[in-house]
Amino acid sequence: MNFKGLTISQLGDTAIIINFENKIDKTLNSKVLHLFKKLKKIALPFVRDIVPGYSSLVIFYDLLIMKSKNPINKTCIEIITDQLKKIMEEDLEISSLSRRIKIPVCYAEKYAWDINEISKEKNIPVDEIIRLHTAKKYRVYMIGFLPGFAYMGEVDKQIAIPRKMQPRNKVEAGSVGIAGLQTGIYPLDSPGGWQIIGKTPLKLFTKENDDPVLLQPGDEIEFYSITEDEFTNY
Amino acid sequence: MSLQIIKSGLLDSIQDKGRHGYQHLGINPGGAMDSFSTQAGNALLGKDLYSPVIEIHFPASVILFEKETIICITGADFSPVINQKKIPIDQPIVVNKNSVLQFEKKESGARCYLAVLHKFDLDKWLNSYSTNLVAGAGGFKGRALKIGDIIHFKNNFEYKYLAKEKDLSLLPWKTISTQGAKKEIRFIKGPEWDWLTNDAQKVFAERNFQILNNSNRMGYHLKGNSLKLKEDKQLISSGVTFGTIQLLPNGQMIVLMADHQTTGGYPRIAQIISADLPLLAQRNPGDEIKFYEVEHDFAEQQLIEQHMQLVQLQNASKFKMEKILL
Repeated sequence: MNFKGLTISQLGDTAIIINFENKIDKTLNSKVLHLFKKLKKIALPFVRDIVPGYSSLVIFYDLLIMKSKNPINKTCIEIITDQLKKIMEEDLEISSLSRRIKIPVCYAEKYAWDINEISKEKNIPVDEIIRLHTAKKYRVYMIGFLPGFAYMGEVDKQIAIPRKMQPRNKVEAGSVGIAGLQTGIYPLDSPGGWQIIGKTPLKLFTKENDDPVLLQPGDEIEFYSITEDEFTNY
Repeated sequence: MSLQIIKSGLLDSIQDKGRHGYQHLGINPGGAMDSFSTQAGNALLGKDLYSPVIEIHFPASVILFEKETIICITGADFSPVINQKKIPIDQPIVVNKNSVLQFEKKESGARCYLAVLHKFDLDKWLNSYSTNLVAGAGGFKGRALKIGDIIHFKNNFEYKYLAKEKDLSLLPWKTISTQGAKKEIRFIKGPEWDWLTNDAQKVFAERNFQILNNSNRMGYHLKGNSLKLKEDKQLISSGVTFGTIQLLPNGQMIVLMADHQTTGGYPRIAQIISADLPLLAQRNPGDEIKFYEVEHDFAEQQLIEQHMQLVQLQNASKFKMEKILL
């Protein structure tokens, strides 16, 4: 179904996808997050989960609650489209302000497992890679892959590099990596294929916290370089 | 009083309906692989359908009941015995204190569920008892159960009649497992189904695919004829779910299971219907599966019917259980 430029389709029998466009774009992602926040705010009783992507939103619902609270002849897509119409007409106050978060990163060789190779392959000095990585502000487009893993973009084209051909069995929590134009931080020890250029002493995932995840979609991130000593004493 | 793990199993963990409302933070729902068996076990004990249960793989843990309770085992048949006496699955059983539950042989299925009448004394993490192994949170200390673990019971029951000298007694109601040997797994088209060539669509719907050895709670890797896309298109990472069938760049497929990641960047060519996920969850590496397409409405109807069936079983069992408990 098409609705105001959005494509709405089923993802199985308990979720629907709202597709904006199949591209990575800040304005588009802001629209995704705006709708995400509105949907969160009105908290429809049948909605179990809402997952924003780069340019899409997946709404998971409880089929039984959905069906019991709506006319029997309506499909799930129709029910959700009706809600979207309502939401878009309503003037809900949604803050579009981004949180700004500065993240310390130690780019020393000890933690930057792939930086020398990137330097060789791209013919850019290591210092310049660090300068380029810390020079930009990044947007958290979405969280996925692992609890609290933020997909951020976009890095300077000069340091954009594909994932490693052979993923590592273990990348340590806090490792900062690059994959294509994206940059990200591993919140947990995990297998992974991103090119590792440093490590942050910050904890991105703390299971004991009410809010276990540090970064959220829409956040604006800046990295700054710290020394090995600063890392150790952080 | 409690139950105690006296020998570690391969991978036994506390699971429930799963953890919903946190997927936007990358925290996946997890939960029981076979939600039907999970609910059936609880239903037979007259409990809430999604009370936490122990999901058991083979070789299984050996479990000592330090207190008398009523249990029900559902899902896979791992030849359960209590104090060496064979017991049935899909039927509530009173076990005396100091009884030992063991599983002797993998007869059929891939995972079974142990539901216990007593409430487990565990804390929820983000609103669910399910164990998230990646995050090391939820369930029992965020990990699989191992030797020495003790799960305490919260509440107390008094029983009207129970032979104290016996090891166990069967309660006079049960259900016939609906899992059966059905070969076909039903699917509906995924958002990127149209990306497949006509040939690939045909192959998908007609051929058998084998579940590979590296399949687990995160996903089932399938082996079969390689499927092709009409054009070399890239999908931008987007939400996925339990039962999503993704096409990998090498033309092979992976079916995402309970511990799937929250987002993925591979084309979602098909989606297993929710009502058939329990069937798939009971298939083992080496098994062959065949997909069968159904309409969306039918998939919904199947899920609703399955739920009604479980609620009926729960109500009937609750009524019988109330007569036993004082």
